[in-house]
Amino acid sequence: MFDIDLWREIFQSINKNRTRSLLSGFTVAFAILLFAILFGLAKGLENTFAEAFNDDANNSIFIYSGMTTKANKGLQAGRRIQFKNEDFDYIKEEFSDKVQYITARIYRNVTATFRNEKNTYNVRAVHPDHQYLEMTLIKDGRYINQNDIDNSTKVVVIGRLVEEDLFLKTTALGKYINLNGIQYKVVGVFTDEGNDNEERIIYMPITTAQRIYGNNDYIDQINLTYNPEMDYDQAIGFGRTITEKMKDRFDVASSDQRAIRIQNMAEANKGVGQMTSALGIIILIIGFGTLIAGVVGISNIMIFIVKERTKEIGIRKALGATPKSIVSIILIESIIITAIAGYVGLLLGMGILEWAGPMLETYFIKDPSVKPSLIIGATITLILAGAIAGYLPAKKASKIKPIVALRDD
Amino acid sequence: MLTINKLHKSYPIGDSSLHVLKGIDLSVKEGEMVAIMGSSGSGKSTLLNIIGMLDEADEGEYILDGVPIKNLTEKKAAIYRNKFLGFIFQSFNLINYKNALENVALPLYYQGMKRSERQEKAIFHLEKVGLKDWAHHLPNELSGGQKQRVAIARALAANPKLLLADEPTGALDTKTSYEIMEFIQQLNDEGKTILMVTHEEDIANMCKRIVRLRDGVIMEDTFVEQVRAEQYV
Repeated sequence: MFDIDLWREIFQSINKNRTRSLLSGFTVAFAILLFAILFGLAKGLENTFAEAFNDDANNSIFIYSGMTTKANKGLQAGRRIQFKNEDFDYIKEEFSDKVQYITARIYRNVTATFRNEKNTYNVRAVHPDHQYLEMTLIKDGRYINQNDIDNSTKVVVIGRLVEEDLFLKTTALGKYINLNGIQYKVVGVFTDEGNDNEERIIYMPITTAQRIYGNNDYIDQINLTYNPEMDYDQAIGFGRTITEKMKDRFDVASSDQRAIRIQNMAEANKGVGQMTSALGIIILIIGFGTLIAGVVGISNIMIFIVKERTKEIGIRKALGATPKSIVSIILIESIIITAIAGYVGLLLGMGILEWAGPMLETYFIKDPSVKPSLIIGATITLILAGAIAGYLPAKKASKIKPIVALRDD
Repeated sequence: MLTINKLHKSYPIGDSSLHVLKGIDLSVKEGEMVAIMGSSGSGKSTLLNIIGMLDEADEGEYILDGVPIKNLTEKKAAIYRNKFLGFIFQSFNLINYKNALENVALPLYYQGMKRSERQEKAIFHLEKVGLKDWAHHLPNELSGGQKQRVAIARALAANPKLLLADEPTGALDTKTSYEIMEFIQQLNDEGKTILMVTHEEDIANMCKRIVRLRDGVIMEDTFVEQVRAEQYV
């Protein structure tokens, strides 16, 4: 039921007692201001972490090989482990339900020339899935595709800075680039969110590299991303399984730390995730505490207000005000003050975050902001808080006996 | 109009209790103007508060306009107060942040009357007490006499059956007191029943009946020749 007269009464009371209303609103405004800033800073910290891993897929697992350090099954220590295509195929087949994207990598250094421009670059020979693992963004043309792998075509995808270095102001797409004396067609140009070095890389089909550099089926490294539906613990377990299987495959001692190495992002992410959620909980506790302090503050002031208005409430009762109407007046007044003050605090907090945000980037706080969903939550919380703050005083007010209130002192 | 039988009231004071009203019998007919007199502590204000439903008797019977007033819930009491009674206080008891018009309209608000109707009625009653031009002034911009007239307009606004006045002239100088009394007499002439607590002899003599209380019992209940206030104004 919307009673316009009730609201008129309340706004008149708030308006006629501005200082009092302002004072009581101040605590809540301040509490929400602090809460918003804390929340924003936590968000900013979280953003920093998220961005640090943004360059590569954050569910990647890298598998490297090295020298054995322990003798095992009659084989001596110091043996070099070399991955081959069959190992890549093995992982792809064996763990097909747990692998999202998978690629092999071969590293080479080349001298690249186009017309008179010349420079050295890292070449990565890869499978098409590599694009998703590295989060490579195609600017022009396309990435390596399965057709390139099947036919060992002599095509390359070059970084934005390679194009800038060698092709100067012209476009590289469709032109031929010379790598160590062999001509490759540029089928794509890419950009990458990582640092500049990431954009000085040349990608080519893995089969092409295997044919040209040594005519074998060796690969240097296997990169994959695990199924994102797995949680951190499952992913860490998956990483261990791969290690064990590969050690088995190459007759490496299970205690050998160097022959087969794995780098699992899930482990790092788990730590970061735990830290951010711990941070979130701390912020929530602090924020909640501040809010409670605000509510207690407003409740105190409302009790004071009721005391101050005892006579007025007595008069109202003598004139026929029911206890319910007295409760509504005090309760709604409390809710309005809390809600308005809370919003002022929230807007101020958001304003401060907006203003101070760019200066905080040096302190690992990136883009601190308050989500819109939080505003809805805050509204509900504020109305609840106002109701809680106003409840006791309102109850007290409704119990005022007019005879006591009207006694002339 | 109003019947009271063997009314008792006591207040606890520490371990003992103070017996304030010790069996009051009183009956007031419609159109009467009664002054309740007595020294302080005689129980006259307590009696008025019980009649005004601001307080409840411990024992005895109280019938107002045919309705027995007993074991009222707060809500019921509020409705009865609003419907039957108009209060005039010694200290006026206007709400200080509301202007004269809003003060007068307040009991009508609690009757659930529409705003426009409220305004109209409030203006009508302010005009009756001669303060139409002061409708939008706050109480602190009014003189004592004007404040009491606003309070009377407020008491009249809900058209109550019974007007209760607790020392209505107690805070006013003699001249203003007589002006207010003149006005209250006019209301009585128009047929309103009025019950007034006072300890001033001259004010009491302006009523038609004087009830004297001492130590919680009625000592004397006499009808008097009403002294008209206008001769002093």
